[in-house]
Amino acid sequence: MIRGERGILSRVVVYTTLILITIAFLMPLVWMIATSFKTQSEASRATFSLLPDDPTQIFKNAKDNYTAVWNDPVVRFPVYLRNTLIIAGLSVVGMTLSSAIVAYGFARLEWRGKKALFALVLATMMIPFPVVMGPMFLLFSWIGWIGSLKPLWVPAFFAGAFNVFMLRQFFMGIPKDLDEAARIDGCGNWGIFWRIILPLSKPALAVVALFHFVFVWNDFLAPLIFLRNQDQFTLALGLQLYQSKAGQTPWNHLMAASTLVIAPVLVLFLLTQGALVKSVATTGIKG
Amino acid sequence: MSAGSSQLKRDFAGWLWVSPWVIGFLAFLFGPMLVSLYYSFTDYPLLEPPIWTGLDNYRRMLSDETFRAVLWRTAQFAIIFIPLATVISLAIAGLLNGKVRAGGFFQAAVFIPTLVPMAGSAMIWLWMLNGEYGLINMSINRTFGWTGISAPNWLSDSKWAMPSIIMISLWSVGQMVIVYLAALKEVPDEMLEAAALDGMGPIRRFLSVVLPLISPVILFNVVTLMIGALQIFAIPYILSAATPGGDPRAMYFYTMYMYDNGFRYGQMGYASAQAWVQLLITLGLTAMLFIASKRLVHYRA
Repeated sequence: MIRGERGILSRVVVYTTLILITIAFLMPLVWMIATSFKTQSEASRATFSLLPDDPTQIFKNAKDNYTAVWNDPVVRFPVYLRNTLIIAGLSVVGMTLSSAIVAYGFARLEWRGKKALFALVLATMMIPFPVVMGPMFLLFSWIGWIGSLKPLWVPAFFAGAFNVFMLRQFFMGIPKDLDEAARIDGCGNWGIFWRIILPLSKPALAVVALFHFVFVWNDFLAPLIFLRNQDQFTLALGLQLYQSKAGQTPWNHLMAASTLVIAPVLVLFLLTQGALVKSVATTGIKG
Repeated sequence: MSAGSSQLKRDFAGWLWVSPWVIGFLAFLFGPMLVSLYYSFTDYPLLEPPIWTGLDNYRRMLSDETFRAVLWRTAQFAIIFIPLATVISLAIAGLLNGKVRAGGFFQAAVFIPTLVPMAGSAMIWLWMLNGEYGLINMSINRTFGWTGISAPNWLSDSKWAMPSIIMISLWSVGQMVIVYLAALKEVPDEMLEAAALDGMGPIRRFLSVVLPLISPVILFNVVTLMIGALQIFAIPYILSAATPGGDPRAMYFYTMYMYDNGFRYGQMGYASAQAWVQLLITLGLTAMLFIASKRLVHYRA
């Protein structure tokens, strides 16, 4: 629409703004990683340099800092990593499978009460977790789950409202002729679900799994309430413990610990090549 | 008879397929909500059984200064954060909506911080906002040092704690940027061209063509932001614990006080009453937003 010199000027303004925005959003992460490659005295000194004074020391510093964090005798990151992976692995499987089953019931079957129940599913998305955290803690301690990781992964096997909503949308887009053909071949609902719907929904299932993995990795309040001893901590809790443990944690070590906790989700983001961005774009618009 | 029984069969199959959600809803949401409603009318120190005290917990809120302070602080956060986040993410989406090269890179750059776990983001900002060696204060002091202005001690200065929390929260608006960008891409070019031919400038085009078309998406995002803002917990919880020199009340929010009542002070009854007030506020404000936006939001057929 806009051509000529004004066009060039406005392009310069647009790109300059975008580059400044990019710096603002990524600098904290860059600074975190840069700090984790410095020595303790270099980290606590007023300098803008991203590199250590002697750049050739970068690998030695990195090795020192990350091994110090990994082998900390009190705050045991290897244990927290294992716990987080157990919770994330089980939750992701449970959440994806159970949400798909429930979504099939809403997308493909006709039964009385369906509309009202689906409205209820959507309405539950508004209920804040803090409202139920107290009674949930008491329930879990009553059945003896406090002291185990169960409170954090068992509920994932009972589907999540948002994921049910997303998968239902996707399933409804799969042609019903396929179901009919399978029914004639003698397939029941389970056969249709398992042999037709699931294989055709791999991209949507992957997005649900990915989102839930990120959610579990990030969660702070639920682990804080349900995990009572340090052997069961997740990485998020461990990071806070590492920061708050007695004495001053040196900044280069704290940033190395933060990088360790954050890196897996960032690597996952890069590996999936922006699948998360694309799915956010498509789900948000349906609101 | 056979028609009736096949209908029953179909009902049974339907409910069976959705039963995982129904069971989970009853066990982990509806049940706990009812239980917490009951506790909210009791005095429940956890080690002894609850004792019915009627409306005492709710009455206590009215005279509890800490309660009023955390409620007001949380409201302040929501009132400042939601419009700021909306305007900033819309503006960035608007910039990206033009013919921008490397658009994917810029989208990734604003999206990546939304993936950072809150504990991690608290640590990063603890360092960025450090009074002495934080990157932000070094930059401010280096740039404005000659004027005699010096940067604040963000987290330990009670005046600057709230702006800090808002700034940290704004760091993760990337998800909304992506959603707004998708919405802007849906606005038909012909409508914008027609508006330009009518002599509308870019600002009027945005206000009277684009804004109405994306208003359902704005409403959805504002509701989501509001529900999240009222629950803000992890960032202020971690940062106030990590700022021993600061005023502990400056970063004390609603859910933190509720957590302390329930899990540290042994007052599950009072905490449950606060939980229900939080739920009612959330539902009330959501309903208000939907009603107020009836005239403003345009749904396309």
